[in-house]
Amino acid sequence: MLLLNASGCLDALTAPDLARQLDAFVTKTVTPEPREGNAPIRIAETDHGMLNAIGLANPGRDRFLVETLPALRSIGVPLWVSVGGFAAHEYAETCAALDDVTIELNLSCPNVDEAPDSAAEIVAACRAATTLPVYAKLSPAAWDVAEVARAVEAAGADGLSLVNTIRGVALDRRLRPALSRGAGGYSGPALKPIALAAVYACRRATDLPIVGMGGAQTGRDVLEFVACGATHVALGTILFADPEAPARVRTELTEATAEAGLEHSGDAFGVAHDNVAAGDNRA
Amino acid sequence: MRRERRSVVAVEWVGAYALLRVTRGTLDSGTPGQFFMLEAPGRVLPRPMSLCLAPKGELAFLIDPVGPGTCALAALDPGDEIAVFGPLGNGFRLDVPRPYLVGGGIGIAPLPYLSEALERPPALLGFRSERHAEAAALVPNAEVVIDPVFVTEVMATDRDVLACGPEPMLEAVRALAPDAQLAWEAPMACGYGACYGCVVEIDGALKRLCVEGPVLCSS
Repeated sequence: MLLLNASGCLDALTAPDLARQLDAFVTKTVTPEPREGNAPIRIAETDHGMLNAIGLANPGRDRFLVETLPALRSIGVPLWVSVGGFAAHEYAETCAALDDVTIELNLSCPNVDEAPDSAAEIVAACRAATTLPVYAKLSPAAWDVAEVARAVEAAGADGLSLVNTIRGVALDRRLRPALSRGAGGYSGPALKPIALAAVYACRRATDLPIVGMGGAQTGRDVLEFVACGATHVALGTILFADPEAPARVRTELTEATAEAGLEHSGDAFGVAHDNVAAGDNRA
Repeated sequence: MRRERRSVVAVEWVGAYALLRVTRGTLDSGTPGQFFMLEAPGRVLPRPMSLCLAPKGELAFLIDPVGPGTCALAALDPGDEIAVFGPLGNGFRLDVPRPYLVGGGIGIAPLPYLSEALERPPALLGFRSERHAEAAALVPNAEVVIDPVFVTEVMATDRDVLACGPEPMLEAVRALAPDAQLAWEAPMACGYGACYGCVVEIDGALKRLCVEGPVLCSS
């Protein structure tokens, strides 16, 4: 099992020692053109999570390849590059320009249709453009995420990243949206049951490797993702509150594994599916 | 920067504000204007607080309890433990010949520590009520104005201004003192450059206040 960061939840260049605590570092999403991102206010805490509307701020593909990527390589941790775009060919062009990384396709960008055929279309275009491993990062907002998973697998995805944030709104004291953009992506502890359900459903639909993420804060949380069928787990919002989370989570994982009566955390893989009737979602 | 679990020594009320004192451990107190991320019990995200005072063996933070996070911090009891992470960001430059501190409301938070470092220069503080103005006792040599009088109405302009306060005050200070060092505030999730939540416009581009600031030179 690899322990990763969720895309956009860590800048390895400002915190290289923290990035080295991970088995691989996942970059912020790279788009073809530079993006300044949304105007502030970009974040808001809620009772059980947080909203963000960063807006895919990134230097753009060209500067990423010339400046950011070489700097990231010097940190010495395996790299996953999160690729975004607004059309299948944009994703594919970035994929074609990459080498010696794992690719994670951010299929939950603004203005990108999340319908299965569209996600599959993007994956197919990228599959044709690269031989690198390609993970498809899916939104938890799909009515049937397993159907999307099957579609992107058929299109050539090597793995799934589950899940991205889910859209939410928070209001300030004057009953106006706390974020300048209005809605934002909701993450943190409240997302965990939603993320577990997506991993659970997709594990039933496919044998692809799955990176589980969404509200994982503790070793026990990581073990639950593995039990639902995640092969790897990523930490997101917890990295904002606790920059030492990777080391802590590894220690806790050993304890949580023993508490669950297991010898190795890998022994938990898929156990949530045991003794559950087919078609029964009450895991 | 380090992150440690520290014990609460005391929460003391200074007018409308709470002065949260924690044991220092091996944390560096940093440069005045730098900040720490404080774990707010029961909340998802920590809260950024500039250091107010650095008594021997302690770190002290001035808190305006206005939301769930700041109220949780103000409600801490002696002996409670919270994670303290810092010092973070860039503080004030101290190599100024004629320092003059200007603060507004909870923006006075970094000024007691700054005043100490600069050997108690003159200060001008603005508050919205008499009760809030009780916090002026933390800043030596301070002149105080209370709403509806604004600091910019009485501010000296022939000195090196180091200011912290609400955004409209900082904009008004900048208009009078273009070379002022200003400590800004923004909602912040992480404090160490990870979240890109705290961006402000710096030199015509959106940049992370936690990495580039919070103290910025306005000119």
